[in-house]
Amino acid sequence: MSRGKTYRFKQHSVLPGFGLAMGFTLVYLGLIVLLPLSAAFVKTATLSWAQFWDTVTAPRVLASFRLSFGASLLAAVINTVFGLLLAWVLVRYRFPGKRIVDALVDLPFALPTAVAGIALTAIYSGNGLIGQWLQPLGIKVVFTPLGVLVALIFIGLPFVVRTVQPVIEDIEAEIEEAAATLGASRWQTFARVIFPTILPALLTGFTLAFARAVGEYGSVIFIAGNMPMVSEIVPLIIITKLEQYDYAGATAVAVVMLLVSFLFILVINLLQWWSRKRYTNLD
Amino acid sequence: MSIEVRNIRKSFDEFKAVDNVSLDVPTGELVALLGPSGSGKTTLLRIIAGLEQADSGEVLFHGEDATSAHVSERKVGFVFQHYALFRHMTVFENVAFGLRVRPRRVRPSEEKIREKVHELLQLVQLDWLAGHYPHQLSGGQRQRIALARALAVEPKVLLLDEPFGALDAKVRKELRAWLRRLHDEVHVTSVFVTHDQEEALEVSDRIVVMNQGRVEQIGSPEEVYSRPATPFVFGFLGNVNVFHGRTHDGWLQLGDARFEVPDGTDARDGAALAYVRPHEIEIERFSPGAKGITAQLQRALVVGATARLELEREDNAQIIEAELPEHRFRQLALKAGETLILRPRELRVFHDHAAS
Repeated sequence: MSRGKTYRFKQHSVLPGFGLAMGFTLVYLGLIVLLPLSAAFVKTATLSWAQFWDTVTAPRVLASFRLSFGASLLAAVINTVFGLLLAWVLVRYRFPGKRIVDALVDLPFALPTAVAGIALTAIYSGNGLIGQWLQPLGIKVVFTPLGVLVALIFIGLPFVVRTVQPVIEDIEAEIEEAAATLGASRWQTFARVIFPTILPALLTGFTLAFARAVGEYGSVIFIAGNMPMVSEIVPLIIITKLEQYDYAGATAVAVVMLLVSFLFILVINLLQWWSRKRYTNLD
Repeated sequence: MSIEVRNIRKSFDEFKAVDNVSLDVPTGELVALLGPSGSGKTTLLRIIAGLEQADSGEVLFHGEDATSAHVSERKVGFVFQHYALFRHMTVFENVAFGLRVRPRRVRPSEEKIREKVHELLQLVQLDWLAGHYPHQLSGGQRQRIALARALAVEPKVLLLDEPFGALDAKVRKELRAWLRRLHDEVHVTSVFVTHDQEEALEVSDRIVVMNQGRVEQIGSPEEVYSRPATPFVFGFLGNVNVFHGRTHDGWLQLGDARFEVPDGTDARDGAALAYVRPHEIEIERFSPGAKGITAQLQRALVVGATARLELEREDNAQIIEAELPEHRFRQLALKAGETLILRPRELRVFHDHAAS
């Protein structure tokens, strides 16, 4: 009997329990993630194709898609840049109050999103702490897409900082010293040696911040003002439809949102996989 | 290019890591900084490289003051104990790094870079690993790549910080001999830090022995080993027996035995320490009236060509180590428990500051 090349799922391990663990994982994922999501698809299927198309291409819905994904992407990009900076400062420098700053980073995680929304609205409104200075410059934050962006930046920040921080901590000083002795400038050392090491974690942080921003509801609705065609986000559209007992319409919008988000995350994950393969060869 | 170090001092908080050290390394020499951990040797090396700033003092390269020059301008090659290879780059890219980061004006063409990298990889005999990543290499291979990377920028000075410290004994010995050959080939002024006396003695042209942030002695391996300038150097390089005694009028009294103090030693009258290497002890069977230190043979161990004897002094029970050539040991046919007479062939006497 010839032994063909068989693909082995199971690899030998000193810890037994592959079957049980794998089975549990699948059931758990199915129950917690797949079942509710497929329910959305099932409900959507009650619509005819034409009804579905009309629902999701309504101008108001399209505008909300643009806002939600646009603002989320932009917020994730901004968070990636400044989150990296923040993580870098927290790891590399010693300054009084560092622990407090470090704890502050987690605050957007812990705060109820509605509280965050109300606070942001109060601060950025025309007579608010920051708003009163922006108003004369002609910058209106509250009840505009800019307000949506501010809220999404706020809630997404910890994701980038917390994923990148441990990776920066792991970079040995010797690596930078080696680059310096080889004649690299500070910028070259960062760009060619440090950045490639951080990149996979940075992409993870970006994905998390983006995913969180797309689904964010509580903090946004207060500051957005929710004007149709201007500052209405997708989750709000879904809620509105639900309140009008348009369940199928709500799930139709949700399904589109789900697919687009899935596509985004898939692409980012591919990028990440590629960069991990290319840039980090862990010992 | 020569290196001059002038009155370097460096403290970390209260700890004096380098305490007023001056040092000359002539062009093309391979110098070892040897000392126990905490002796300041690595700090001194890092100050020479510019990775650490001295509190005071100067570093001169070829007579030019480099004290305030940034690391990247000093043209030093630095090899780290733990290799510090860029793990997201292939071996080839690691070695090419120093060439690629040059300003566009002086950056070699891609073709030149490839040529140079392969040349260096051939020099370290690892050309076949060009496409591998650091994590695929053994420790010894990684260190050789690190060396090739450091040499790629054609450094004026090569600095190695415990380059073989993380490797196992056998690889270490091989690399040691290899480094010496490499140095004879490329002749770049080199300083390497080690705490391994054997390594220092075997590889270097000159040894700088450091202790507690100070230089104890500078000299050729032969000089440092056979004519140690201080008790510390004596104890640090090779095994040594220390005898406590007294000097008076050019004679050293050790218990009942008396020895002439050799010329050229600091032998003020008073308490003294006498240092004798194990292989510089003459041994014979006890006979009444024979002059020397009386001791009893406790254990004898033949290792290769030498016999190591452990002896106990009769008068104060001090343990003395002695070494004999194996054939001489057989000739004498010594047995444990026998009483012997010891006479140092060479001894160095230092004034005992602690006891007087």
